[in-house]
Amino acid sequence: MAQGFLDAWALVFSFDVDLYEIIFLSLRVTISAVIIAALIGLPLGAWLAVNRFYLRRYVIAVLNALMGLPPVVVGLFVYMLLSRSGPLGGFGLLFSPGAMIIAQVIIITPLIASLSHQTIRDLWAEYHDLLISMNTTRAQRIMALLWDGRRALLTATLAGLGRAIGEVGAIMIVGGNIEHSTRVLTTAIALETGKGNFAFAMGLGLVLIALAIIINLMIHMIGKTERAGTW
Amino acid sequence: MVSILPLKLTAATAHMRGKRLVGPVDFTLGSGGMTLVIGPNGAGKTTLLRLMHGLQRCSGGALIWAVPDVEARQSQAFVFQAPIMMRRRVIDSLAYPLRLRGMAKRAARGRAQECAQRFGLEDLLSSWAPMLSGGEKQKLSLARALIVEPEVLFLDEPCANLDGSATREIEAILLAAKAAGTRIVMSTHDMGQAKRLADDVIFMHKGLMHETGVAAEFFATPLTPEARAFIKGDIVE
Repeated sequence: MAQGFLDAWALVFSFDVDLYEIIFLSLRVTISAVIIAALIGLPLGAWLAVNRFYLRRYVIAVLNALMGLPPVVVGLFVYMLLSRSGPLGGFGLLFSPGAMIIAQVIIITPLIASLSHQTIRDLWAEYHDLLISMNTTRAQRIMALLWDGRRALLTATLAGLGRAIGEVGAIMIVGGNIEHSTRVLTTAIALETGKGNFAFAMGLGLVLIALAIIINLMIHMIGKTERAGTW
Repeated sequence: MVSILPLKLTAATAHMRGKRLVGPVDFTLGSGGMTLVIGPNGAGKTTLLRLMHGLQRCSGGALIWAVPDVEARQSQAFVFQAPIMMRRRVIDSLAYPLRLRGMAKRAARGRAQECAQRFGLEDLLSSWAPMLSGGEKQKLSLARALIVEPEVLFLDEPCANLDGSATREIEAILLAAKAAGTRIVMSTHDMGQAKRLADDVIFMHKGLMHETGVAAEFFATPLTPEARAFIKGDIVE
């Protein structure tokens, strides 16, 4: 075990080209998916908080339920969509990073939308009278809520990031874990563990954990959260 | 600019979950001066203000401004009893109503700075609004309402939770706004404040306008036993 850790660190600092290719692809896929999911999920959460419509409760209940979407099922669904005989087969996306991004977006959008809906619903309860009194349009209300709730929404987005970066089932199915093409940290860990290359798998695992922590810290620093005297 | 006043309420009524909160009320709000809405707890003071401002739906009768509602809404502002603070810095909170009206960010912030100076908030411009003290929050609420120069300003017990000096500051701001031509309609529990500020009085009781009139006459010779008891400080049921 200890030897495995030492080998893992040695691997990380050896600046192995293959390892860094996997790291950069993981980052590319995850960050792209989180950005797209946030662009869909945050306004959707805000819209659901501000609007009253028939069956709204059921839409929210379904959204909450979708937070627990089994990734393997999503992978299968995206696979069928993108396979040559599927409705989107013509785009030739199967076994590409694009397919992996699509699968991740489907998995994390409900999570981001649901968490942001809960945050914004509370803020809307606080702001309701003020924003109505100021004669704001629906779009202006959503913008104000998204902006003023941005720090809590960052947490919702980071939850999506956490789920995306550790995802393996769906992207294994739609990406195929192809070397130099769709191999990312999680699928590589699964592969190396299966082959008995525990040191390499451990190294990848350490990198994965370090990446998750570094990205979270960077976003908190950029977002200026957790500073004294701020909201 | 066309005035949004008078506001005419004709048998205006407000209900919530089947319960009558206010009305039927017949009243005309003319231009100029300060009207104080007084009455015991649960009399309908807050609901009446919300009804006039459009925060409470009119469930019966009519409420008609001199101009179409869309225009009338642009020339009103409301200050709540518990200040609602946006999670922004003071300068951005003040600039927000101007930004809503399409003013450029730099210009809105410039106006916000001028406004903050008038209201004694200049040292707090970079503070976070939710972190201010109760008095500062209410001053910010008032400044945010007045920055758009509304023709009618509604205030729901703005000094209810403030100490003497903060109350004095708020009252000075209100008198200055009135002098500048803003029509003020304000509810209060504080009889002393009503006597200091009111030009006209609406005495609410059980959801109805029990008595209305010129403040000096109302306080000198109230017409109804309930109003007399309320002015004396007795319990009104």
